[in-house]
Amino acid sequence: MTPSLFEMQREMRARREAAVRRGVVAILDIGTSKIACLVLQFAPNVNAEPRGSDAVTVPTMGAFRVVGVGTTRSRGVRFGEIAVMDETERAIRTSVQRAQKMAGLRVDDVIVSFSGGRPRSYGLSGEINVENGEVTERDIGYAMAACDVPPYGENRQPISAMPVSFTLDHQPGLSDPRGQIGNKLAVDMHMLTVNDRVVQNLLHCVRRCDLELAGLSISSFASGLSSLVENEQELGAACIDMGAGTTGISVFIKKQLIYADAVRLGGDHITNDIRQGLQVDSTVAERIKTLHGGVVATGVDDREMIEVPNPMAQWEDERRHISRSELIGVMRPRVEEILEEVRERLDASGFEYLPSQQIVLTGGSSQIQGIDELATRILGRRCRIGKPIRVMGLPQAATGPGFAAAVGLALYASHPQDECWDFEMPADRIGTRNVRRAMRWFRNNW
Amino acid sequence: MRAVVPYNDPSPSRLRYRFERLWLKPSVRQLIRLWLPLGAVGLALFTTFNNEAIREAVQLKSTQIYEAVAARPEFQVTQVAFADVSEALQQQILTVTGLELPISSLKLDVVALKRAIETLDAVKSAQVRVLGGGTLEVLTVERDPVVVWRDGDVLRLIDGEGHRVADIARRSARGDLPLIVGLGAELEVAEAMRLLRVASPVTDRIRGLVRVGERRWDLVLDRGQTIMLPEYGAIRALRRVMALHQAEDLLNRDIIIVDMRNGERPVLRLTDEAISELRRLRTEVRGEDA
Repeated sequence: MTPSLFEMQREMRARREAAVRRGVVAILDIGTSKIACLVLQFAPNVNAEPRGSDAVTVPTMGAFRVVGVGTTRSRGVRFGEIAVMDETERAIRTSVQRAQKMAGLRVDDVIVSFSGGRPRSYGLSGEINVENGEVTERDIGYAMAACDVPPYGENRQPISAMPVSFTLDHQPGLSDPRGQIGNKLAVDMHMLTVNDRVVQNLLHCVRRCDLELAGLSISSFASGLSSLVENEQELGAACIDMGAGTTGISVFIKKQLIYADAVRLGGDHITNDIRQGLQVDSTVAERIKTLHGGVVATGVDDREMIEVPNPMAQWEDERRHISRSELIGVMRPRVEEILEEVRERLDASGFEYLPSQQIVLTGGSSQIQGIDELATRILGRRCRIGKPIRVMGLPQAATGPGFAAAVGLALYASHPQDECWDFEMPADRIGTRNVRRAMRWFRNNW
Repeated sequence: MRAVVPYNDPSPSRLRYRFERLWLKPSVRQLIRLWLPLGAVGLALFTTFNNEAIREAVQLKSTQIYEAVAARPEFQVTQVAFADVSEALQQQILTVTGLELPISSLKLDVVALKRAIETLDAVKSAQVRVLGGGTLEVLTVERDPVVVWRDGDVLRLIDGEGHRVADIARRSARGDLPLIVGLGAELEVAEAMRLLRVASPVTDRIRGLVRVGERRWDLVLDRGQTIMLPEYGAIRALRRVMALHQAEDLLNRDIIIVDMRNGERPVLRLTDEAISELRRLRTEVRGEDA
């Protein structure tokens, strides 16, 4: 593990805790088609309150409330990665400013999620002898340090390293072995690496907006947190976050992320296909896709005609008409391609060995009509469209599947999971650095 | 279908973004909304009034306005109305307050007037108020003298609370009031009055009460008779004497002093003639017996 991101993660965790204690933290989901910013206000005692006439109690996850939402079209982002720094910075500024204006609060700390960076999952395991018979946090840290890290590449960095389960003297499946008595502690860890350059660009871009990073996550993980219900997370489920630039996959079991991946295909590719197939502008193509798009053709669709403006029109009234089944014929192969890619990744992840194999589609592109049917056919398992869990104060416009990652990140902010860097590391790994830092401090101050 | 116009999406410039974030800081907002205007006003006032000439001009102008208002006929007090105040006291009140009529009611300090009037010995309490029509009304409660106190060579009139009311030149000026004498007598006027009430059977014979050693009373009657009363329980002792007087006609006998200071052993002192007469009578009786 390169120390830089490791150190940064610790710093970010401290900052996040401070921000939650102060009460205001912002969520920034940087996607390919939109950038969403939520301002969360943490209050010590926000109780569930009946909302509206349906008197449904809003479940309170943690005790936070969304007080500001700002969404803007994303600019300069391709495949969930920053392609044009200035444009992205402008987009972030716009959404943050809107959210701040709605909240009437200034935010300094943001938790960021992004979908690109080619995430890659590794399952690690390590084993140590427990020092004093009783497992302490120190032992857990040692066990995690004992994991042998595979070579993950020169320009990649771990973004998350979470203990998934512990085994204490051949008793597997412990989620928290602290305080238990045993001799041999083994840990299964899930490590996620992403492209270093992508993360550094993202950090730089956020810093340029005068914001401080209080957390970093990939959006497929966040989407899974918000759109999988509790027993899906417990028994095993995959969340497929179909964004505009990428389609993220995250697999959960026992409420832990065990696999994450991304297919670099998404809704933008569908739009592109429509643009090329129907010879229209990209904005028109996007509009046709969202208004009339679908993937399962029926007899009615042959008769349903869609008006398409002709860019080569000689006069105003020259119009073209295509049937909806034609549109579906353009869209379907691309969606199938995406889902087939997803199936490959899921097969590689060992998803088929999980006790329950629920698949949840979420993200903006999951709103295409009939996609759940198609996904069921291609992935071979039951699929449903997942909308993010309801959180307090979230406006109706921001409750769609497209906001799954943002909402999930909000849940992550209120209930952070213990990561590898939250545990004390053995001194032989970090000791020399500490001594060197102390020396430097002495030299600088005396 | 309408041709889709590519919408422009405005984004804040970096400067504007920074400014808005700054503005969302509560401390900055408070500074600009509250402290800056306050500071500006304060500074403006300070620079204006730092100039001597301006300060004087403002002062002059304000005095002028005040005078002009105070001089209006609506505020003029032209007469003093006394209610239940004796002629002599009215004169005293006018002297002590030093009122110069007409005066503006704005400049009239009725509280100070009331205090000044209450410094007069003859006044127990006073009320002063300005009535409509330019009238200053003075209401007083006068002190009623109950005894005459001979303080050295001076004869003073004292009210029930021991407060001086006035001096008199001769005892005969207030022959109707009883006389008390002695240092500290004025402090126990109430007890003196009670004693005098108890002694009512011999009222026409009472010369006065003498305070002895600032602690007890002597009741002095005519023919040089004195009833010496104890420090405590003087009233009871005097009642005993009065009872004796009623029963035995004690005080009409040849007695100079009835000493009641020791309650267990009252002592009578006879006149010299009475003693010699007593002795004579005793020897006579003994001689006859012998």
